[in-house]
Amino acid sequence: MVLNGIDESYDTLHNKFKDRIEYLENLPKIDEKRPIEDVIKESGFGRRDFLKWAGAITAMLSLPSTFTPLMADAIKVADRLPIIWLHMAECTGCTESLLRSANPTIDSLIFDHISLEYQETIMTAAGWQAEENLENAMKKYKDRYILMVEGGIPSADTEHYLTIGGHGKTGKATAQEASENAAVIFAIGTCSAFGGVQAASPNPSNAVSLSEVTDRTVINVPGCPPSEKNIVGTLMHYLLYGTLPALDVYNRPKWAYRLRIHDLCERRGHFDAGEFVEQFGDEGAKDGYCLYKVGCKGPYTFNNCSKQKFNQGTSWPVQAGFGCMGCSEPDFWDTMGTVNEPLSDKLYNTTFGGMGADATADRIGLTLLTATAVGIAGHAAISAYKNPKE
Amino acid sequence: MSKRVVVDPITRIEGHLRAEVIVNDDGVVEDAFVSSTLWRGLEVIAKGRDPRNVPLIMQRICGVCTYSHYLKSTMAMEDALGIKIPYNAELVRTLMDAALFLHDHVVHFYHLHGVDWIDIVSALDADLEKASKEAFKYSDNPIGTGVNELKKVKETVAKFASHPQGLGPFANAYWGHSTYKLTPEQNLIGLAHYLKALEMQRIIAQMQAIFGGKNPHPQSLVVGGVTCVMDILDPARMSEFMVKFKKVQNFVHNAYYADILMAAKMYKTEPSVMKPMGVKNFMAFDSMKVSRDESLFDSGIIMNGDLSKVFDLDISKITEEATHSWYKDDEPLHPYDGKTEGNYTGFVDGESIGPDGNIIHSKNIDPKGKYSWIKSPRYDGNPMEVGPLASILVSYAKGNKKVVKIVDDFLGKADIPASALFSTLGRTAGRMLQAKLIADYGLIAFDSLIENLKVDQETCATYTIDKDKEYKGVGMGDVPRGMLSHWVRIKNGVVSNYQAVVPSTWNAGPIDSKGVKGPYEADLVGLKIADITQPLEIIRIIHSYDPCIACAVHVMDTKGNKLSEYKVDPLYGGVCSV
Repeated sequence: MVLNGIDESYDTLHNKFKDRIEYLENLPKIDEKRPIEDVIKESGFGRRDFLKWAGAITAMLSLPSTFTPLMADAIKVADRLPIIWLHMAECTGCTESLLRSANPTIDSLIFDHISLEYQETIMTAAGWQAEENLENAMKKYKDRYILMVEGGIPSADTEHYLTIGGHGKTGKATAQEASENAAVIFAIGTCSAFGGVQAASPNPSNAVSLSEVTDRTVINVPGCPPSEKNIVGTLMHYLLYGTLPALDVYNRPKWAYRLRIHDLCERRGHFDAGEFVEQFGDEGAKDGYCLYKVGCKGPYTFNNCSKQKFNQGTSWPVQAGFGCMGCSEPDFWDTMGTVNEPLSDKLYNTTFGGMGADATADRIGLTLLTATAVGIAGHAAISAYKNPKE
Repeated sequence: MSKRVVVDPITRIEGHLRAEVIVNDDGVVEDAFVSSTLWRGLEVIAKGRDPRNVPLIMQRICGVCTYSHYLKSTMAMEDALGIKIPYNAELVRTLMDAALFLHDHVVHFYHLHGVDWIDIVSALDADLEKASKEAFKYSDNPIGTGVNELKKVKETVAKFASHPQGLGPFANAYWGHSTYKLTPEQNLIGLAHYLKALEMQRIIAQMQAIFGGKNPHPQSLVVGGVTCVMDILDPARMSEFMVKFKKVQNFVHNAYYADILMAAKMYKTEPSVMKPMGVKNFMAFDSMKVSRDESLFDSGIIMNGDLSKVFDLDISKITEEATHSWYKDDEPLHPYDGKTEGNYTGFVDGESIGPDGNIIHSKNIDPKGKYSWIKSPRYDGNPMEVGPLASILVSYAKGNKKVVKIVDDFLGKADIPASALFSTLGRTAGRMLQAKLIADYGLIAFDSLIENLKVDQETCATYTIDKDKEYKGVGMGDVPRGMLSHWVRIKNGVVSNYQAVVPSTWNAGPIDSKGVKGPYEADLVGLKIADITQPLEIIRIIHSYDPCIACAVHVMDTKGNKLSEYKVDPLYGGVCSV
């Protein structure tokens, strides 16, 4: 059986997880006095709430519900893993996204509990004291800490466009050093994963992704910003598997980035029926028609927004009538064209240049979509600039 | 002998910032320099792109004030293209703005700035009964301060304190510092609200996401209006917004307002937070349109702390220079004549006070040369402070009835004169007063929207972009950190020039060619530091501005365009006040 790209039966996987949890259990706790079960209980969550949450995470990671108790066990050993979170050239949006999962959800308890050793936005220490916290954490938890990096990294002769600390160390040097001794490395957000907005042409600061400055494997969790669910889910996946998740060609975990936005879109029925918003605010917009013709890049974008949404399920850009802008794809600022127009020169699968992370599904969808795309592309190109009231 | 103290990184802000001060033997700051240590160059990236794409790029200037740049950039495009957006769209933008202000101010006070005022460790000594009673002094309906609730909070802190590494993200801070002035009971109340505010900010973010699709980085504004027509036509969705707004309103009244009042009473005699400001010039711009003829904030200029006179703001008097900034402008130049290339000269080898009080080697700022990625903007040659306090002061001095009432009430309750507002405490209080203004009156926009939807359901204007025409325009207004303006020129159907003059640039810029300091640096000079290895006083002052450094440093010049070439059409001036 193929599961997340791993050819194993669920039984084998189940046993593997058990071993993994046992292994983690035997690691020294960071905090001896604070078992996570107590923290959860004291925060007013019953076992029922806790299992409900564990069940949601299980489903998100595409595991059968029989894994829920294991997931609950995994959370209990989460406090063996310290996290270091670095800020590079960024806007802090990814940290803000993480904060949206804040108290009193269980997600945040995990994060509080997992021992966030260094996080410039929320930590209290500053200056030398902050630098000391980072050095201590890197030394003390060598080969054990989870490194999460937010932001692109200025490089080449403009490397010093970012320096941190009293010694004027460059962001790149800090990121490299922290990468060396990390147990696992996650690039949080499109900037860290692919360079992001500052790397858009002409890239004045020569910003690059984290994977370009380290030899270590980097797991990319792109999005601008990624939803809090994808950040937490990535971590839980690592806790359970202890190995890298199955990744697509851009090193994105398949459990979150396997499907196109388009595949599970709530407006998909309207696409299939040929019902499109022709212009923002028109009758179609009021009726929730498909946004393809006003520039939705859902067909070229791999992410789980249509399923997970944002802000605890409040909404997502397609629901708000704008459409997807492709923010979890590499170089999307340069390759996705004009935001409020369809990509007339692109077919369904060309984000992967035809190679396809998911070639079979591509081919199935392609026939249908190409016909529609070609048909409407010409029309859309004309209508975008034209005032229909004229 | 004077000593140098370097604070880098300053944490609990957006972005990368360093402060360096020279302290004499009495612990008094003789000179101070502030440097931003990151540059991204987003305006360069904007050039040559479709005008409809640029607001989304500009939004990525900052993920904290995540909506401000999106909004002002969209407004700049609309101003340039001569678009008058539908009234519904203006009101929806105001409601999203209200959510942003409330989110930003609450998070700033509790999670970024609060621990400069609240000593978490001291809360461990609090008497629960006393603390619970204490809370009634500042609010008739205090939030989360019942004895049992406080007991829980205290237990949480106790666990943090017994953490082997200290206090997790709270580790290695300046707890017990002599300039913390709250009693253990008051610290416990503040801490209870710190935890409560974590939940609140999530609700406020949801408020914005109702109309914005997500937060951070909402995605429902387009040039011409808004896209969330389905949401505003859905009564369930609208009531969801209102219910959340009222929850937040209650928090602002009974926690945020109450805590600032408590802090004002306790800190009004602490010299390091009452020290008069170094720059007493303020600037603000009309914003938050709540009905056809009313905006919550006013425009104007106050000079030298004189509240008896408010001058009109003339945008042609805004200039920028880069004498001490890492750009290739060797001499002071008009900002729009500046060069676009970075010219990083770095720090110089030197010494400073290490964490143990010993002199250690460090990389230091050379104040004679260039030392920051931020430029020095000036109004008519003067440094200006922008931000919530500036906005409140301008509206107050202009006699805005809503603002006068809120400010006078607060001054009366805290028993401080209006002049006390010209201080670090005043700046922190000003931010709360602005949040209170929005919490009290923001729903006027909601009512206006409901009324208007009965007769008009337009949400997006149509327009054409003529590739043979040249356009220019500005989007201006007060955002949570102060006055922000985005300037654009469009040629051949694409952006040919882009410029953003942002709040943190006004406040955090380095000295100008005449050696005159901006607000941050000027505020630090003359400050007495109790313990130079624990410069809490410096951090408190810097945080009181709510630094947003990614905002400040992306700013750079566009070649060969003078500010005087940008003229704001008075007809569309109104668009800027959305």
